[in-house]
Amino acid sequence: MADNDKNHGAEQDPDVSAASDASEEAAHETPQRGWVLRNHALIERNAFLLLVFSLIVVSIGGIVQIVPLFYLDNTIEEVDGMRPYSPLELAGRNIYVREGCYVCHSQMIRVMRDEVQRYGHYSLAAESMYDHPFQWGSKRTGPDLARIGGRYSDDWHRAHFENPRDLVPESIMPAYPWLARTPIGSENIEAVMRANRASGVPYTDEMLAEARADFRTQADPDTGDVDALLTRYPKAQARNFDGTPGESELDAVIAYLQMLGTLVDFSTFEPDASR
Amino acid sequence: MIDAAKIAALGILTLLFAMAANWGTDLVYQVHALLLALLSAGLFIWSIRRAGGRDRYAIDGPRPETGYNDDVVRAGVIATTLWGVVGFLAGTYIAFQLAFPLLNWDLPWTSFGRLRPLHTSAVIFAFGGNALIATSFYIVQRTCAAPLWGGRNLAWFVFWGYQLFIVLAATGYVLGSTQSKEYAEPEWYVDLWLTIVWVAYLAIYLGTIVKRREPHIYVANWFFLAFIVTIAMLHVVNNIAIPVSIWSSQSVILFPGVQGAMVQWWYGHNAVGFFLTAGFLGMMYYFIPKQADRPVYSYKLSIIHFWALIFLYIWAGPHHLHYTALPDWAQVLGMVMSIILWMPSWGGMINGLMTLQGAWDKLRTDPVLRMLVVSVGFYGMATFEGPMMSIRSVNSLSHYTDWTIGHVHSGALGWNGMITFGALYYLVPRLWNRERLYSISLVSWHFWLATIGIVLYAASMWVTGIMEGLMWREVDAQGFLVNSFADTVAAKFPMYVVRALGGALFLTGALIMAYNLWKTAVGAGETASARPVPAE
Repeated sequence: MADNDKNHGAEQDPDVSAASDASEEAAHETPQRGWVLRNHALIERNAFLLLVFSLIVVSIGGIVQIVPLFYLDNTIEEVDGMRPYSPLELAGRNIYVREGCYVCHSQMIRVMRDEVQRYGHYSLAAESMYDHPFQWGSKRTGPDLARIGGRYSDDWHRAHFENPRDLVPESIMPAYPWLARTPIGSENIEAVMRANRASGVPYTDEMLAEARADFRTQADPDTGDVDALLTRYPKAQARNFDGTPGESELDAVIAYLQMLGTLVDFSTFEPDASR
Repeated sequence: MIDAAKIAALGILTLLFAMAANWGTDLVYQVHALLLALLSAGLFIWSIRRAGGRDRYAIDGPRPETGYNDDVVRAGVIATTLWGVVGFLAGTYIAFQLAFPLLNWDLPWTSFGRLRPLHTSAVIFAFGGNALIATSFYIVQRTCAAPLWGGRNLAWFVFWGYQLFIVLAATGYVLGSTQSKEYAEPEWYVDLWLTIVWVAYLAIYLGTIVKRREPHIYVANWFFLAFIVTIAMLHVVNNIAIPVSIWSSQSVILFPGVQGAMVQWWYGHNAVGFFLTAGFLGMMYYFIPKQADRPVYSYKLSIIHFWALIFLYIWAGPHHLHYTALPDWAQVLGMVMSIILWMPSWGGMINGLMTLQGAWDKLRTDPVLRMLVVSVGFYGMATFEGPMMSIRSVNSLSHYTDWTIGHVHSGALGWNGMITFGALYYLVPRLWNRERLYSISLVSWHFWLATIGIVLYAASMWVTGIMEGLMWREVDAQGFLVNSFADTVAAKFPMYVVRALGGALFLTGALIMAYNLWKTAVGAGETASARPVPAE
């Protein structure tokens, strides 16, 4: 690469001390002064020492930052109203995850004046305590959705998923017309709830046993026992979300969106100053 | 005997995957099981045909007899180039989607939410990962004066196993399989597979260092070793999940809400810190001294900044969670460590740049060295911008905006991209035993296209990011918000076009590189070498 006639290598440049001027010994072979450098030679001559020391050094930060979050009492606030997702909401959440909504929408209202004004009460850790994994997001290409529940009608959501630009001309959100056309079954929902229970979500045996019935009831209240659904999942909204008979993926997604941020009773919430 | 066992094992695998495809409860699982069944069937037939025969290797051309295992490095160079083009293409495409949403085509498989992980994984894991594996294998053999530990087959297992991971991840995304954890989207069985491949990679790397014939372990290898072992730790902890069933592609992540967020960004920031920084610093510590023909500037500095860097990076995660529901103590801790991290980051930059002492003149004539040096310049810029953005008050403006996207890309395109390009230009003539690259002037073209592309990208994202951050928080005299969210989206449109054009320039540069490397590898450079080469 360097052999073109305009390239004067350093060895031909009188102003430059070339590598060939240096002593034959490489820098790391020269005798080292100082305690650190002498002892570091031990580590850099032994691959296992290097590996073990590296592993110890990189473990510390994570241990200090992560472990206390599991036992410090004030990590998750005491609130009224939080409950696990109903089967239909959980199915909707899975579609939210599948379509990568978290890529453009956060679910985390920060403690800042404009955010509280735009989106509502700042988000609490308690509000995502049953989220496996969390959906806080990292980017707002679209607005925050932490309290989207109840902000728009089901009709609005239906039209918006069909083509967002019909309602918001400036929007750059993709359209999701297939959600309304794709039927959704409840065959797997109990297994999904079981896996959630294994990760710590307090689904009861009754909730698991009634999962498929609750799933249908919430999207089609005429077919089942809405009161029983509401006992198991207080504040659950049961109606035909997509406006057409049968359960579609759109039913599940709208059911999920309409409950977001609606559970916690903020009239009884007291912030912890020490947190 | 070994052949027979291998053929039998592949036959059984084919059957098992076919059965899994039958029992799978969702589309992604079935597609992946079928894919693996076909792959095993193909290997089954291939093994039968080859049984008892001699090894043949596909890559043609005169190859230097180095005594090292360079076949896998050559394959890695090809994979890096190909995946790079794929990843940049995906990125450019989704950049245009953000300007022109029509390009989502109203189809699930082409919508932004599924293509974005495809882009990030293609550039980070496919392009960056292959670059790391290929260069680390090249470097560790030469700095240890020993061929790869574990023999040819283990190295090939790592290479092909890694490609399989990429294919499973990418097809999964398009079909809607994701854990929704950024940069850790692949589902549980893909994660398990990557764990196996990664352990083999660690074994090869450590084994080669152990049997080295140099008394000291060269500094590049410290960084590679720290990168490999830390990524293993991060990957395993971050992906702990409970599969819905072994016949389902879906799983439930173990850690919930706030703890999950902390674990995710402990992982996420250190995917940057170890995959995209420590590993690439290993590349820097080999290729810059080699290309400049100068020793590393300071041995002492490399020790200090190595330990400081790997210690501090791991603390930086919470700066992704400022003003969220993460407790304040963790946020402040993350911020403080992120700011301190500026120092070891610049230690690495200084060590890389100052290695050019006495060889600065080469920047005029050697575009490959220029690429390597500019990459370190971008590294320095990104590692100044990062600590600044991790300050809580700055972050309150920058978080959730395009500023973050611009920051990531000045690091990824400028630092990771450019240093990889430089390494590829260094490696291809040597690996294919050519005197020189096919065209130095094409390297210059690539350099300028890429640099201008990055400038357009970063500048447009600064503009949109700071603008939308300010628009979101703007209040009038009565204290009411001035802008609707849709206003901010509309205001960003022109800059989104500029950003996409910047990406297109960067992609064009990469295509020119692919052509140049191809011509070099097949030997076209030998005849062209008589032509005078214009200096930049």
